[in-house]
Amino acid sequence: MSTVLTVPPSLDDTSFESLLQARAALPEGMRVLVDARHTRWSSPYGLVGLLTLAQSFGERAQFIPPEDPNTASYWARSGFFEHAETLYEFTRPVGKSRKGDSNFFLEVTPIAQTEDVQHVVAHIQDRSKAIMETLGFPPSSSMGFSVVMSESCQNIIEHAGGPGWVAVQTYNWEKRLGRRVVVIAVSDAGLGFRQSLGPTRGSTMSRWDDGAALEAAVLRATSRFHDPGRGQGILGIRRYVKKWDAKLSIRSGTARIGIIPSWDDDQALVENLAPFPGAQMQITIPQLLTP
Amino acid sequence: MTPTPMPLDLLTALSRAECDLYSNLVTRATGRAVRGQLETMLREMPGQRMAVLDFSKVGVLDFSCADEIVAQLLLRFGAGLPAPVPAPEYPSYFMFRGLQESHLEALEPVLERHGLALVAESPDGTMQLVGIVEPEEVTAWQLVLASGGGDVDTIASFGGAATLDLHARLVSLARRRLVIATPAGFHPLRHH
Repeated sequence: MSTVLTVPPSLDDTSFESLLQARAALPEGMRVLVDARHTRWSSPYGLVGLLTLAQSFGERAQFIPPEDPNTASYWARSGFFEHAETLYEFTRPVGKSRKGDSNFFLEVTPIAQTEDVQHVVAHIQDRSKAIMETLGFPPSSSMGFSVVMSESCQNIIEHAGGPGWVAVQTYNWEKRLGRRVVVIAVSDAGLGFRQSLGPTRGSTMSRWDDGAALEAAVLRATSRFHDPGRGQGILGIRRYVKKWDAKLSIRSGTARIGIIPSWDDDQALVENLAPFPGAQMQITIPQLLTP
Repeated sequence: MTPTPMPLDLLTALSRAECDLYSNLVTRATGRAVRGQLETMLREMPGQRMAVLDFSKVGVLDFSCADEIVAQLLLRFGAGLPAPVPAPEYPSYFMFRGLQESHLEALEPVLERHGLALVAESPDGTMQLVGIVEPEEVTAWQLVLASGGGDVDTIASFGGAATLDLHARLVSLARRRLVIATPAGFHPLRHH
């Protein structure tokens, strides 16, 4: 007997929450069928999120890919199917050709070891300067972008205790912002911030939950290590985000924290979300406005 | 006698650390491996050591590598020791070349977190301090540079600083490995 999780027609960080709410309501022991038949679009966050969702099930879930040929082709080019087939049982075969797509800075890429981060940074570095310049960024911003990528991916290796995924895409966010954006999405199904920081930091806090752990890590650069040199990765990401009027959002467990720019109306801290393992990060960098 | 400057090739260290596919210094694990190689190279130098770390061929430097390589090297070789702790018998000094703006964006916050500073040579050959330094320390350091080094009176004569104050500042700079202390006085870090 299977129970169905329906993927929203448009899958992004907001609509992904409805999927997680449905997941949280699943009766135990039921086999899951993830139904993406009617999905027409997904952000990189949605794609890496679906892979993490698969990792979160005890039993291998089934997956119905999108019916729309353009969507299916796009997901194939993003590399999603190639990795999803190792985690889901597909109900029908899909094309996996990865001819590349100009909108993908970085296709869906697994992060499991240091070499993966090195590879990602080298790949990004080759492409980032040209693409960032088309978004109005000075050439110097591409190095910082590579550093942000490195530190974002390293969180998986240093803290998750298991493999994760990263994808970077640029697209026109006409409806919401009227500008192009670059979106970095990083996701894992590992320990999460509360558990990673808990053994060394939890006992020193009056309240210790997912929200408190995210505040400690993101706002106060707290690390599970007592070395003052640790915890600087997220601090550096925050600086980059502020500098380029970007948005940072990190979800872990049942909470989500954000560094929210003026162009967005998201809340800085959202708690009591549906539980989900690991950590999911999204960085949205908008095209620079010319004065 | 001041130590002979010895270039430490970061890319050689990266290669020895078996990370030679890329010229980027990223990830904490890579930083640890590269620092391990640099420490081995340093230990092969006799007596007082002055290493020149050249970043001119380094692409991306992230915070983790900046911390593991630069901050930890400075700390392990004595630059962060509090005043009551005796300095090592053969202190090591580090000078940094080829640092680009993007490298400094990663380095400066790391140095700040540890309360460290370093001596960097700009592409035009001018020297500067990077990191946490008091204005009085900068003044004293610039006097050492301008005078070319010597005893406290000689250095003081280049700026009219009170000798007693200057001596304390120079001792502090030497403790932080920003100038070299010898029985003959205080000397700037130079590689040529």
